[in-house]
Amino acid sequence: MKIVNLIKIAYRSLSKNKFRVFLTMLGIIIGVASVITMLAIGEGSKQNIQTSISSLGTNSITVYAGSMNMGGVRMGAGSYSTLTEKDADIIRARCEYVNAVSPVVLKGSQIIAGSQNWHTIVYGGTSDYFAIRNLAIASGNIFSTSDQRNAAKVCVLGQTVATNLFGEGKDPVGSFVRINSIPFRVIGLLEKKGQNTFGQDQDDVIVAPFSTVQKRMLSTIYLNSILASAKSEADIENAKDQITELVRMQHKLAIKDEDDFTVRSQADIANVFGSISKVLTMLLASIASISLLVGGIGIMNIMFVSVTERTREIGIRMAVGAKGRDVLIQFMIEAIFISFIGGMIGILLGISVAGLIAKFGGWPVVITMFSILLSFIFSAAVGLFFGWYPAHKASNLNPIDALRYE
Amino acid sequence: MENRNALISVKELAKVYKTGDFEVHALDNVTLDIDKGAFVAVMGPSGSGKSTFMNILGCLDSPTTGEYYLEGMNVLKLNKNELAELRNGKIGFIFQSFNILPRTSALENVELPLLYNSRVNARDRRQKAIEALSSVGLGDRIHNLPNQLSGGQQQRVAIARALVNNPLIIMADEPTGNLDTRSSYEIMNIFQALNDKGITILMVTHEPDIAQFAQTNIMFRDGQIVSNEKVQDRKMAQEELQKLPVIKRENILT
Repeated sequence: MKIVNLIKIAYRSLSKNKFRVFLTMLGIIIGVASVITMLAIGEGSKQNIQTSISSLGTNSITVYAGSMNMGGVRMGAGSYSTLTEKDADIIRARCEYVNAVSPVVLKGSQIIAGSQNWHTIVYGGTSDYFAIRNLAIASGNIFSTSDQRNAAKVCVLGQTVATNLFGEGKDPVGSFVRINSIPFRVIGLLEKKGQNTFGQDQDDVIVAPFSTVQKRMLSTIYLNSILASAKSEADIENAKDQITELVRMQHKLAIKDEDDFTVRSQADIANVFGSISKVLTMLLASIASISLLVGGIGIMNIMFVSVTERTREIGIRMAVGAKGRDVLIQFMIEAIFISFIGGMIGILLGISVAGLIAKFGGWPVVITMFSILLSFIFSAAVGLFFGWYPAHKASNLNPIDALRYE
Repeated sequence: MENRNALISVKELAKVYKTGDFEVHALDNVTLDIDKGAFVAVMGPSGSGKSTFMNILGCLDSPTTGEYYLEGMNVLKLNKNELAELRNGKIGFIFQSFNILPRTSALENVELPLLYNSRVNARDRRQKAIEALSSVGLGDRIHNLPNQLSGGQQQRVAIARALVNNPLIIMADEPTGNLDTRSSYEIMNIFQALNDKGITILMVTHEPDIAQFAQTNIMFRDGQIVSNEKVQDRKMAQEELQKLPVIKRENILT
């Protein structure tokens, strides 16, 4: 039997049943497209979470006042006032695994500039604060060590604050703002960072020298937290251990005493959100596998029905001399055609739907080769098997039984 | 010993269908020889086994026991592929319900057996199909689809399909069962013409009137042959067609 003839037979059969072919393809198209879209959304959010976590500074380590667990009473980190500037100083002086340390204090304040006012959080840190938090300067300068020493009334504005107080595109450097009625000179403007994964506007901040915020605004000796930056990713764990040792020593804690502070690295936070995004991906993957399964059942159903209803046609073909193999090859060619064209259209549709979601839904999508291959191979395999199986059954019948099939 | 001169020779052919505890003997030890060039009508009431007999001879079905020689070849020893080649090259089968592919033009239906014959190239295939259709009087209808053809025309497409591979035998199972008298006679006319050219024809029918066009009538009852006789005053389709009342075209409601 010439394969050319079988291709011709398959082509004639397909072209005479366009609607049936279209319906069969539709099952495959929807199956493939939905899986690609689903996995693109999952992968997109995963990568989005990862990039915004690393934008916070991957090597950074934070020491919070208070502990998660104090004498059986479990408190949130930061709920106690135990950290002082001395803790920051000893870390800077004695910890060999960190290259930058900044004490951090913060206060929510009303900011006034001319006739405009705005509420935001004022962070107090040293000049190292900018490096640890990956904050870059768009215009002007960060404050100097002498500003820090003198508790100078200078500040650096985030983009959101600058826009709300001075208007879009205006450079606020050199202007004055009043924070809690104290006039501050604006010496710098931060570069735009955008929202982080958790919906926080990272540009809605003001950074002022640590001493200024602590002494002039808060009148306290305590800190909210201490930020440090490990020299490298490999040093993070050592740095955490050493910081814990140093601060325990500074706080004169006995061995049996629990920590009155908490040390966390950005990597810890990344791990937490990494596991959250893993759960999210698993959820989406399970939805995707359900759509794949449902799509597969749809393909199976329509393939099985359309081949079974052609048992009589198979009988006619065998009565005029088609061998079982000829019938099988014809049906395989048809199934391959339907699966592959359907799969291709499904891939294109899936990519475009994912693109539309990215464009109009503002949701990040990432299309992976894995999702394309997975959905395509699965749909094609289901299509081929359920195109082959009933045809195989029919071609094994006596021609007269196939002809009499109702 | 099988009859070496006979085209078809069957010995003690039996077919048993089992339904539950019952055994139905559709064919019960049938022995028969059919010579080359014969025109045989197989008659009998419903359930007498005549169609089963025909399907086995046409290699569409297999017997439970017995022997079947076609041109001296032991058919029951052949495998499925060899049987398919036999159906493709030596036997032309015609059914009561036509069994032509729907939504497929007359030409493509007739080309079908040739597509399964790798010795025929595309040009010959078309040529032969057109010739076969012309020989049954459908030369001007080759591109019509089955639903654009009358029953008689569809049956003639089926005949053309049976003829296209130059078979030794035409086997027809109630070929006129779904047709009116005129169409039936036209089919018989084609059969007699083919028979005159030397093609052996085996036809199942329950209409005595149609059986009169054959040379020999075989009677089946309860799976056995009860008579095998030459037809007395055989009817010739050409003459019978002329005797039919002529229907004027303008009297046909459309």
